[in-house]
Amino acid sequence: MKKFDYLKPTTLDEVLSLLDQYGKKAALIAGGTDIVVMIKQKTMSPDVLISLQGIPGIDQIQYDGTLRIGPMVTHRAIEKSEMIRKEFSALSDAVDVLGSIQIRNVATIGGNICSAAPSADAVVPLLALGAHLKIRGPKSERRISIDQFFTGPGETVLAEGEILTEIEIPKPLVNTGSAYWKHQRRQALDLPILGVSVLLSLSKASVTCSDLLCTTSPISVVLHSLEEDELECKEIRIALGVAAPVPMRAKKAESLLRGKKISDELLEAVALTAAEEAQPRDSIRGEAWYRRDMIKVLVKRMAMKCMERVLRPEETVFPVRLW
Amino acid sequence: MKRTISFTLNGDPVQVEIEPHLTLLQLLRDKLELTGTKEGCSMGECGACTVLLDGKTINSCIFPAMEIEGKSVTTIEGLADAQGSLHPIQKAFIDYGAIQCGFCTPGMVLSAKAFLDENPKPTEEEIRNGIAGNLCRCTGYIQIVQAIKAASGQ
Repeated sequence: MKKFDYLKPTTLDEVLSLLDQYGKKAALIAGGTDIVVMIKQKTMSPDVLISLQGIPGIDQIQYDGTLRIGPMVTHRAIEKSEMIRKEFSALSDAVDVLGSIQIRNVATIGGNICSAAPSADAVVPLLALGAHLKIRGPKSERRISIDQFFTGPGETVLAEGEILTEIEIPKPLVNTGSAYWKHQRRQALDLPILGVSVLLSLSKASVTCSDLLCTTSPISVVLHSLEEDELECKEIRIALGVAAPVPMRAKKAESLLRGKKISDELLEAVALTAAEEAQPRDSIRGEAWYRRDMIKVLVKRMAMKCMERVLRPEETVFPVRLW
Repeated sequence: MKRTISFTLNGDPVQVEIEPHLTLLQLLRDKLELTGTKEGCSMGECGACTVLLDGKTINSCIFPAMEIEGKSVTTIEGLADAQGSLHPIQKAFIDYGAIQCGFCTPGMVLSAKAFLDENPKPTEEEIRNGIAGNLCRCTGYIQIVQAIKAASGQ
């Protein structure tokens, strides 16, 4: 492996001044589960690694109406947060299935965001949850929506010398459910063929026949019965991973449902529109046509999973049953 | 540009001078000659290099040695007690034939330990999830799952 120096600053200011001093010769390292592999594969060759492990205060999860996650929080810490599992379920779904326990103990959410892989599991639910990112540079601080952050595979709006300092997630509306599905070949340690996350806020949290949601009836039958309850969609966000060069929101699809009564036909149309909006590519993990087809299926199922989580909160948060 | 790091290794304090680009696996195997920890894929995927850092499993092959400063590392060499009797998980692996070629075993045993410390009475599904980061090419996992179940007293 290429030789490099390893620096361990203890404040953010020190990090910024080291970045300024070394410029392109330096790379930041959080957990290192991407960076060390890239150095071994010779796809990057920094002279200096600047570790973020010693910076106090950026590895905390705080909830003060807004959920604030420090960039150095590990996937495992998020996985173990019951509050996140309950209130921000989609994020739990994603960190549960990223890598292995060994990876999740080390890999950080900030690293997952800044590596900017089109397949990044944790990023897709963050888009659906409407996250904002706080970024600090040498002179100023800025705050941007996460859907403005990615510019290409492995590329972000971070300028040289800038660093991600916080992930902010707004408190969801009442009666909100969210879900993420990693479509993969293996049950663990795989990259997704597709990542689909939906957040859905409903006008009420009870329906006449809530038992319908645990039947084995086809979705359309269940939805048809729910139509009599006049469930209205207050808010919807759809996020897709590996469906475009960067993790994307399917905003046209969202606008079809926002403010409308939820019905089988409408969800069908929403999922179809999301599939049309996506720009998937052929790759070794899946072909574009297949990915589009699965977006159509999974967007609808994730919307149903959101409804299930709102209408039957006690029983359905945990199991990752697809339908 | 060597640097000195201090940490606890299998219960004993250690101070060692290292080149800053070393991975924890290189430090353990090449410098400290603890070859119980294996190098498989060396990309963080197979789990053969699993060790415990402050009780949590990590892939030592992609973990910078510089980050263990002040922390506690447990390798397979540290699992038996002072008299040399094997840890109950190690015994169970032998009893159930959960070892064939043995290459994945150190990592598998340490994953099982970290996992049982957290969840002493796991279901079979939880066990399978707990060792999902460790590849075994011999056993088909059946005996390993049985051994971990037995080690948990079930």
